[in-house]
Amino acid sequence: MNGVRERLASRAFTSIAVVIALLWTTPTLGLLLSSFRPEEEIKTTGWWTVFGTPRFTLDNYGEVLSGGGHGSGRLTEHFVNSVVITVPSVLFPLVLAFFAAYALAWIDFRGRDALVVGVFALQVVPLQMALVPLLKLFSQGWLFLPAWHLTGPARFGQVWFAHTVFALPFAVFLLHNFLAALPRDLIEAARVDGASHGTLLLRIVLPLARPALAGFAVIQFVWVWNDLLVALTLSGGTAETAPMTVRLASLAGTYGNEWQRLTAGAFVAALVPLLVFLSLQRHFARGLLAGSVKG
Amino acid sequence: MPFDVVAQQPKLLYLLQGVAAFAAVVSLILLALHRGPVRRRAAALVLLAPALLLLTIGLLVPGLRTLALSFTDRGGDTWAGFDNHVWMLTDHRALVALRNTLAWVVLVPLASTAVGLLYAAAVARSRFRAFALSLVLTPMAISFVGAGVVWKFVYAYRPPEAGQIGLLNRLVVAFGGEPRQWLVDSPWNVLFLIVAMVWTQAGFAAVLLTGAIRAVPAELTEAARLDGASPGQIFRRITVPSIRPTLLVVLLAQAVGTFKAFDIVKTMTGGQFGTGVLAHEMYDQAFRYGETGRGAALAVLLFLLVTPFVAHRLRAQRRTG
Repeated sequence: MNGVRERLASRAFTSIAVVIALLWTTPTLGLLLSSFRPEEEIKTTGWWTVFGTPRFTLDNYGEVLSGGGHGSGRLTEHFVNSVVITVPSVLFPLVLAFFAAYALAWIDFRGRDALVVGVFALQVVPLQMALVPLLKLFSQGWLFLPAWHLTGPARFGQVWFAHTVFALPFAVFLLHNFLAALPRDLIEAARVDGASHGTLLLRIVLPLARPALAGFAVIQFVWVWNDLLVALTLSGGTAETAPMTVRLASLAGTYGNEWQRLTAGAFVAALVPLLVFLSLQRHFARGLLAGSVKG
Repeated sequence: MPFDVVAQQPKLLYLLQGVAAFAAVVSLILLALHRGPVRRRAAALVLLAPALLLLTIGLLVPGLRTLALSFTDRGGDTWAGFDNHVWMLTDHRALVALRNTLAWVVLVPLASTAVGLLYAAAVARSRFRAFALSLVLTPMAISFVGAGVVWKFVYAYRPPEAGQIGLLNRLVVAFGGEPRQWLVDSPWNVLFLIVAMVWTQAGFAAVLLTGAIRAVPAELTEAARLDGASPGQIFRRITVPSIRPTLLVVLLAQAVGTFKAFDIVKTMTGGQFGTGVLAHEMYDQAFRYGETGRGAALAVLLFLLVTPFVAHRLRAQRRTG
């Protein structure tokens, strides 16, 4: 009796999971299939009809990548921009937060606890709270800081700056939690042997901290690559510096809905984070577990 | 026009310069640390200085300036008292955004955590766990903008006489209904945006809750099973209470993320048809309409609303470790 009930219940759980999995994948699948359909078919018939009359083309991808047709939509340019934005925006906060977290976790100095609380507390500040003054800082300067007057590729600099700053409280929080939990004996032993903080940091703590660093790097990568708000406000919005998300969002807002570009564009934009995510899922999950969601 | 590689060179050059400049700074810091027995205070200062400097210039001071700007007028130069705050709490559009934000913040965490919990309970002990989780986590990897496009396509509308290309309207028509403009008809369109947001967040809940469920001691559920408890009872009486701390963290983290959600609204409706939310309205006021004071006031409101959630989350997280 019990066994029957159990099997029924476990079957119920399984079927709920299958339904959820279907609901969570079908919309993406529909868009993916559509991206390979000819333009006039995307706009007249549903994607589910391809199972009856399969007709596929790479035209949509050709169009978004090399920008045939009207509009200024060459996604390849925006792709380069996304890369140029993302690499430093992951690297800079990763290294700086690692330094800061090491100091806060392993160097005793007066006022340390207050500083830990202060940096952690900055996580409450939403980036919306800083955007307008940041834009002013870049264009007008502030106190002793000169105006940056960035144009052309130099605009990337202000996007790097913003992403680095916004990531720091979360990154320090995540890395500090990890570093503070490292075995004390190990580090004390090295210190007794006369190792400088430089040696400790690079030779002993860095190798141990790799899982946490990887976790943060993956989360930050996906976050920056997928960011729209910072990119819209600080990257200038032109093909010269705007990342793919900006282009995609403006396509989505276009009247008449150019589905053939949108479908293909969405997958070109998602390709890199999907690859990163699928190959590094373990780190991604660990980063999520360690720090919850950032933002 | 073919892709012009040469035109991309200045960007890549700038990237190299940026990374090289950063590497130089990092080398200087490490050099300073390596030079003999540096005093503890000095070592801490050298390591903390870059992060603290950036946080001060880029977050702390701008945050305070936004607070000040919320008391200024459109241009951000003249004192305007509480005008912006009054506007925020009386203007129709701002109030709609506030109402929608509350709906988002209540529904998104509850719905995505519920879905994530059911999914986690089903896959936690399964051999296909990793694969199953990657299915629901994918929406997170394809970005909010991508998710917006995906769901805009699901909701796509064609007049009744034309063939439907959106999945939802196709289903409605199949069951004999009239196709509807899901993203236009207020106030239900808010709900359809929320569905898209839930879709992006459930995977996050599923991953965290799967980890928590797997940490529940097997003896506990096994003992209950031998005592004749049904799987449903075990789930409700043992599993859920055991993972309550993680559930709280997940709910709070998602509430925070939802408050700041901007991309989905921007991509799917641009805040039209009464679908605006605070984070999106703030962007529109500050950056599209040039209403610096109003944008700042909305940002401050967002900050005030988010703070208790983040504070609570950080405390809950310290407890769960």
